[in-house]
Amino acid sequence: MTDPGTKQIHLAAHFPGVNNTTVWSDPRSGSQIDFDSFRHLAQTAERGRFDFFFLAEGLRLREMKGRIHDLDVVGRPESLTVLSALAAVTSHLGLAATVNSTFNEPYEVARRLASLDHLSGGRAAWNVVTSFDAFTGENFRRGGFLAEADRYTRAAEFLQTARELWDTWAADAVAADAASGAFVREGGITPFRHQGQHFDISGRFNTPRPPQGHPVIIQAGDSDEGREFAASAADVIFSRHSKLEEGRAFYADVKRRLAAYGRRHEDLKILPAVTYVLGDTDAEAHERAAEIRRAQVSPQTAISFIEGYWGRDLSGYDPDGPLPDIEPDLEEGVSKGRAQFRRDRGAVVAKWRALAAEKNLSIRELVIELAAPQTFIGTPRAVADEIDTFVQTDAADGFIFVPHLTPTGLDDLVDKVVPLLQEKGVFRADYSGPTLRDHLGLAPHA
Amino acid sequence: MTPHSTTPLPTPLHLAVALDGAGWHPAAWRSEDATPDRLFTARYWADLVQEAERGLLDFVTFEDGLSLQSSRLLEADHRLDQVRGQLDAVLTAANVAPLTSHIGLVPTTVTTHTEPFHVAIGIGSLDHISRGRAGWRPRVSVRPDEAANFGRRVIAPVDVHDPSGVIGELFGEAADAVEVVRRLWDSWEDDAEIRDVATGRFIDRDKLHYIDFQGEWFSVKGPSITPRSPQGQPLVTSLAHDTLPYEFAARASDVVYVTPHDRDGAADIVARVRAAEDRVGRTGAPLKIFADLVTFLGEDAADRKARLDDLDGAELDSDARIFTGAPDRLADLLLDWGQAGLDGYRLRPGVLPHDLTAITRGLVPALQARGAFRGAYDETSLRTRLGLPHPSNRYAAATA
Repeated sequence: MTDPGTKQIHLAAHFPGVNNTTVWSDPRSGSQIDFDSFRHLAQTAERGRFDFFFLAEGLRLREMKGRIHDLDVVGRPESLTVLSALAAVTSHLGLAATVNSTFNEPYEVARRLASLDHLSGGRAAWNVVTSFDAFTGENFRRGGFLAEADRYTRAAEFLQTARELWDTWAADAVAADAASGAFVREGGITPFRHQGQHFDISGRFNTPRPPQGHPVIIQAGDSDEGREFAASAADVIFSRHSKLEEGRAFYADVKRRLAAYGRRHEDLKILPAVTYVLGDTDAEAHERAAEIRRAQVSPQTAISFIEGYWGRDLSGYDPDGPLPDIEPDLEEGVSKGRAQFRRDRGAVVAKWRALAAEKNLSIRELVIELAAPQTFIGTPRAVADEIDTFVQTDAADGFIFVPHLTPTGLDDLVDKVVPLLQEKGVFRADYSGPTLRDHLGLAPHA
Repeated sequence: MTPHSTTPLPTPLHLAVALDGAGWHPAAWRSEDATPDRLFTARYWADLVQEAERGLLDFVTFEDGLSLQSSRLLEADHRLDQVRGQLDAVLTAANVAPLTSHIGLVPTTVTTHTEPFHVAIGIGSLDHISRGRAGWRPRVSVRPDEAANFGRRVIAPVDVHDPSGVIGELFGEAADAVEVVRRLWDSWEDDAEIRDVATGRFIDRDKLHYIDFQGEWFSVKGPSITPRSPQGQPLVTSLAHDTLPYEFAARASDVVYVTPHDRDGAADIVARVRAAEDRVGRTGAPLKIFADLVTFLGEDAADRKARLDDLDGAELDSDARIFTGAPDRLADLLLDWGQAGLDGYRLRPGVLPHDLTAITRGLVPALQARGAFRGAYDETSLRTRLGLPHPSNRYAAATA
């Protein structure tokens, strides 16, 4: 029997994204748009009894030096549309969509998520993100009107408004009573009226209450405001803190904030995004991990990466040669469509020069060196132990795995690591209920 | 006229079905074999579309709106004795896509409120998922209470017959929305993804294009985030009852649904649609004209409809001709009207699944017996089924 104090691990799968984590140059790399790729990854995750499958979103293609960035995967489908199709070919797996609260309206997002929750029988989740850039706004009627300071107020009000809409239909509103002639029971639908800083809407919502009450809410912000928002309103945090010590600090900080909102420790699951590499031996795993990091940084990607810090066109430099001798242009930015660089680029460049000189690194070698190693590298046994240690020592409640290959990037994790976690009694051998809230141990939203 | 004296049409007719709630009669959900408690489940929609596919139908449409349904055109009615509540049509179609293999899937969206960028990637994704079976039915919303659900604009109460006012503006905006969506669908050339390891490039960015749309109501930069889909341009369809929407269809659509009440009426509408095409200077393939009919099929059809009228407290009112009778008689009617220049029909079953099954198992065999309907699906896209070519890419042409 499992010690009652032992935490159960939660696992999620991230579809390989449009950044250089995803290795498209590998001969095994399949389509990033064909539905079969999504089906394979989702069905693999479900075979591994994962909690959910996660799709990111970006509503404008990234640009470098004023042109569309062409070195990483480009192009992806609309998240909710693909997840709705995946609902038909999976039976238990949670389905999580990233949906922007800046370039959408609460009524429409609330009904689309409610629809996914109905069509999947209670498996929908929403990663609430907010962007404020006019760059993405150029694709939308409203444009990039949002001041950065308003990001969280809009996200919070958007989510609150969506919750108000979901709550307007009673769980038993649909009577469908042919004898009495009541399709909706009297009082089953309450009109809504929301007047706030960002939204002033009123009317009647047109989708019945989702099977989960409210879909599962995911939040990824890391700032103080983001953590507070998550503690107040999210069911899951998608965190970046995948190292043991910083993971514990983040975990303690966020969980500490819950009480102020009348929430319990277990009401919010903290799931860092992580990568992994397996091998039959530790040495083999590390060798493969190094190969993957090299494949993630093509010669062109290396130049593009340092251009982001130099603020200059460096295409004339040899990626296998030394760092550029010219000074960075600290006024100009060359990258659009990604989180902006906030660090002091001048200081970063100086540090890199010292590192390259010390280790005698070329541009490409430096960029590979700078890339963080994969989170978990080792034999299946070692990785299973490490995952368990992270969770049992409160650095996480589980993980969102980001594979580097489409669509087979999760196969060995599910085949080799998941059975060991199940053997340890820290991960489900089968689903205990049909809904994502069941998997996450969250009560239906009352 | 006996069925077999009808001259077979030169080309077989196209047949689509419009799915909405429990059927097109407001009291359909109270029919004996209705399953109103399943309307919001995936299984309900999969069963319907799989049945339509068994009947070899061209495509199904999915109704949708961004306000609670109403028996009144311009405002809420607060009735609870009719079906209320809808699932998002694009998501419903996507959910059915992996469970079907041939039938076209045509969801509705509201151009008045939904961002064209979201529509373009949603329908484009549906086309990827279904391997070339996606269509789209854009519609405008004239309801002030629907606008209040969004709080972004006020729509004044309208006179639907006055094209100079709000209606004209809504259709103008809808035409811009379709233009944006079509440009976004072309914003990636078919062979933009190159995966060239030697140069490190995943795409050839010269084959991605900004659409730079600037209109009276909005502007959209592009390109799409979604690669061009198998059909290039998924099938665009719209419902039209009057000159303004005929012109909208002539500008924007591949298929137009019209509502004649007899054969002469059909001929008149066909002429008006063709005139609208001339006025707007339509290029490319002419509109495929489908007549909509509400259908109650079977020997007991008239009685069934009368019972439902009683339950609803009013005789069924529809923009489209209401047909009650045996499938054989409907087959004759469709062939007769077809001589007025119609390309096909979109049938609105009065009761689901009853009147859908009557179409697939009664009407379709009757049409097949008359040589007027396919005996099997071919292995092509929805566009190809309708005789439309794979569209060239407007941006590829410009750079060639």
